Amino acid sequence: MIGIGLKTQHVAPLLAQPRVLDFVEVHAENYMVCGGPVLAQLERVRERFPLSIHGVGLSIGGEGALDRAHLERLAALLSRFQPHWFSEHLAWSRHGPACFNDLLPLPYDMQTLRRVCEHVDQVQARLGRRMLIENPATYLQCEASTLDEGAFLGEVVRRTGCGLLLDVSNAYVSAVNHGRDARCDIEALPLQAVGEIHLAGFHEDRDAAGEPLLVDAHGSPVDDAVWALYGAVVRRVGPAPTLIERDHDVPSLQSLCAEARRAERLMREAAARAREAAA
Amino acid sequence: MSAQATFAAALLHPEAPCPPGWRAHNGSDPGARFDVYRNNVVASLVEALADAFPVARELVGDPFFRAMARGFVMQHPPASPVLAEYGHGFAAFVDGFEPAASVPFLGDVARLERARVCAFHARDARPLPQEEIAAQLSNPAALVDARPGLHPSVQVVRSRYAIVSVWAAHQGDAALEHVDPWSPEAALVLRADDDVVVRRVPCATAAFVHRLVEGASLGQSMDAARSAAGDADDAFDLVASLAILVQHRAFIAWSASP
Repeated sequence: MIGIGLKTQHVAPLLAQPRVLDFVEVHAENYMVCGGPVLAQLERVRERFPLSIHGVGLSIGGEGALDRAHLERLAALLSRFQPHWFSEHLAWSRHGPACFNDLLPLPYDMQTLRRVCEHVDQVQARLGRRMLIENPATYLQCEASTLDEGAFLGEVVRRTGCGLLLDVSNAYVSAVNHGRDARCDIEALPLQAVGEIHLAGFHEDRDAAGEPLLVDAHGSPVDDAVWALYGAVVRRVGPAPTLIERDHDVPSLQSLCAEARRAERLMREAAARAREAAA
Repeated sequence: MSAQATFAAALLHPEAPCPPGWRAHNGSDPGARFDVYRNNVVASLVEALADAFPVARELVGDPFFRAMARGFVMQHPPASPVLAEYGHGFAAFVDGFEPAASVPFLGDVARLERARVCAFHARDARPLPQEEIAAQLSNPAALVDARPGLHPSVQVVRSRYAIVSVWAAHQGDAALEHVDPWSPEAALVLRADDDVVVRRVPCATAAFVHRLVEGASLGQSMDAARSAAGDADDAFDLVASLAILVQHRAFIAWSASP
């Protein structure tokens, strides 16, 4: 299955053409409004496409309690639109009264693990469904971390029963930013729990030492290095619903669909290889 | 302070160093890496404001607007992760933003743009059929005590400046140089058929609609309109005011009893 992160400018052409995608994904917070054309549009989209709702504001890793009002709004949104998948991030994004509109990094230690698991339990209990948690793109390492990201997420999955949204681009970005091997990082993740895969473009910057610092910018096509990793992932875990994310310099629907079809080809090749190997 | 409190405070202070406890794998200055987070936070919120206030942005130019928006973001980060809700306090911030003092109507233009966003996302409601409104209006004796319900998107924005003309000029409706910004104007803002309408109305009509939105009766709203008209040139025209609301299908309910 292939899909794209849906931008409003693509809704009309998407609904006008024969179905070329298997699903679409939207950000939960963009639809937490009282009424109006935005919600009406999403109704029309979900009549044609299975929907994935991707949250960016729950602050699962926040030190404080989850924002109950936000969780209630999320529950109402999911109950209205009945998405096939709901996902959120291994990150925090609010502190006290302030929301930061970004996915901020966590220490990977036992205290954080317990808190994240409590929050995932709380969300899954309220929503009455399994959620997927996405591995983040990070730029700094926490000195207090005692686990690597793969082991941390593996424990979250084991303790809460949630699934993994494997963002291959984030894994690549983080691996480059922390001087690690992306394939090893991915191998350490709970791959048996992959429920969806994200692919997106990054922006290349430099850190204070002049070494590459990749920024998860969602403003360019998926990089070839990420496609190579993705090919390895689908050979390893089999086909999984795969989504192209693009939030800036958004190109035509056609060009996003072309990227999504590349993912479909790689999944098909992986399946063919698996059949050959079995024969 | 907790670790996240320190991190959060540093995000909103451009000069703050990378919070303690965070490092780069290669031992380089983590500040450059922390800046990625700070830039993501500030740039994405400035972008949200730039999208939500396009006319205010055109009035002062993109670089000036972004500098002003950055100031707002640092002082007033969003209280909700829903970005459609971000920007409520922006007009008041603009009013007090000293470098923008030479464009005194900037704050009210921002108020008008904020009202448009609120109208766009307001709750859905079915308009009252025209025949039903006609039936209610055909009984003049009951009108004073009647309480019409307006569509949740209906708002008025009143200003000492010609904000509707300035706004319209930026939609290509007229040339900005022909607009005299110093004459008071009022806007009726509402959503009809998925489109947000911005319509210039007399100040008295604005006062009338404002009271109706508050839930007042027609009689109470007419009183407010007449006292608003007292200090303006145009007398209150009830029929014309009702006609505007009917034309934009703004009535959703009509309670005849007091």
